[in-house]
Amino acid sequence: MALNKLTLLEAFQGLREKKFTSKDLTDACFAQIKSYDDKVRAFITLNEEEAYAQAAAADEKLAGGDSASPLLGIPMIIKDIFCTKGLKTTSASKILENYIPPFDATAIAKLRAAGAVFLGKVNLDEFAMGGSTENSGFFPTHNPWDLDRVPGGSSGGSAAALSADMGFYALGTDTGGSIREPASFCNVSGLKVSYGRVSRYGVMAMTSSLDTIGPFGKTVEDIALIMKYLAGVDPKDSTTPDIDVDDYSHEITKDIKGLKIGLPKEYFVEGMDERVREIVLAAAKKYESMGAEIIDISLPHTDLAVAAYYIICPSEVSSNMARYDGIKYGLSKREGESLLDIYLDSRAEGFGAEVKRRIMIGTYALSAGYYDAYYKKAMQVRTLVRQDFEKAFEQVDVILTPVAPAPAYKLGEKIGDPLKMYLEDVFTIPASLAGLCGLSIPAGFSEGLPVGIQLLGKRFDEKTVLRAGHQFQLVTDYHKQKPNL
Amino acid sequence: MKLTMEEVSHIATLARLRLSEEEKEKYRGQLSGILDYVEKLLAVDTENIEPTSQVTGLTNVVREDKMIESGISEELVACAPKAARGYVVVPKIFANK
Repeated sequence: MALNKLTLLEAFQGLREKKFTSKDLTDACFAQIKSYDDKVRAFITLNEEEAYAQAAAADEKLAGGDSASPLLGIPMIIKDIFCTKGLKTTSASKILENYIPPFDATAIAKLRAAGAVFLGKVNLDEFAMGGSTENSGFFPTHNPWDLDRVPGGSSGGSAAALSADMGFYALGTDTGGSIREPASFCNVSGLKVSYGRVSRYGVMAMTSSLDTIGPFGKTVEDIALIMKYLAGVDPKDSTTPDIDVDDYSHEITKDIKGLKIGLPKEYFVEGMDERVREIVLAAAKKYESMGAEIIDISLPHTDLAVAAYYIICPSEVSSNMARYDGIKYGLSKREGESLLDIYLDSRAEGFGAEVKRRIMIGTYALSAGYYDAYYKKAMQVRTLVRQDFEKAFEQVDVILTPVAPAPAYKLGEKIGDPLKMYLEDVFTIPASLAGLCGLSIPAGFSEGLPVGIQLLGKRFDEKTVLRAGHQFQLVTDYHKQKPNL
Repeated sequence: MKLTMEEVSHIATLARLRLSEEEKEKYRGQLSGILDYVEKLLAVDTENIEPTSQVTGLTNVVREDKMIESGISEELVACAPKAARGYVVVPKIFANK
């Protein structure tokens, strides 16, 4: 088997047993990228020189019997929204087309310290605004399972590249579903962490009260391993509480007998794909056969979550995007006379349509006379959504739902209708508003296209959703299916 | 609800976005559609419901008031499109009298 097809854990074991080197793994990944990325178009920037230097350093440590972290020498993929020291970081925006950060995001610094090999930076919807990666300022990414379809988004490059075995794991971000949806569309596993579990320092902010970062893996077991290195308090991100990081790799090995899994009726709505419904219900049956208890629950305010999100998100976007002004970094148009001209011209040329659209909605919602009607109201509805989950979690340990109403759609199919695109997030947004953790794992296929299930857990209870996910993967092989490129 | 072209222009000015007439027309329709959709929030009874602005449970996270060297101040300033002598350069804001 080609080395790039191994899981992270298999690659780690092979390195320790000296079956191959980190350079071999790096070679295999770049060979895969060179063979298929002209079709998938996941990568914005390749990082070959540094990657080979990191691999050489890892091989030296491994030869010396240095038993450092299990991530040592393993090549991985980075969403191009994480600042990487000395490596171009664009957020898929023309406004940062040539931006080279002089510092690492905390997540990147942690992986660098653990000896990871950075293959390169992958595509996203500009500043993570979107659900298809079509909003990239450069080019759309294609789904390896069907190149005419979207990989999901906004972390579409991460999911597509991992699903095409171009690396062993990937980093993404999830604000309203941006890890879970592409994981589902591309048949990989993806974890949205609880708000505050992983530091966001050095990751470009979109919706600060909701943004989270997390890993994609080929298996949940791999995600558990990575999480140990990502999670924890960071003085540079004041939203990270000092709560113990669990031993995820150990926790997931416990069985799920007696685990209470809730099925919320509001997530099985009219108009959803029949096959998606069947797959989620089949997963529930599977869990039942494994000894879990399935409990019908209700999350009555689900229907309002998307509307609240599309006030809260654009409002915070309009504020966060103010930093891109053509003065401090990034694109700067200086033909005009005044400072105002620099702002107006740089932003007009640098931002794409979706970014401008969200800035406009947010500016409107926060403008004089509308704040109470929109932003405050949305934050109150957010409370109702949060309370729904709090009540549900008095009854159950985990909530099982679909990730998206249907499998991956065709490129171009929804791009002209922003509202239709927003409604794709109907099953992922509520948990984001509540700050919960959520895992998306492969659970079946609809006409050859992957369909994932979502497992939601309490805040900081990553260990339970990872356990439920891992135990599912022990008795199923959906996650082992690969696209035919 | 339908936004007027004047409203769209006003929002764009507040947001420091220079939009073409074509963009304004497009956003007028799309924004109106999105605002129609979020109207459903207005029907919800939220009396006595506290707003949730964040979910960390943390308040007033502070650190010791002590200067910490980033060690990269020169590199950070060098990211600016125009910089000189350790400062970011902007056009003058006040007119000469």
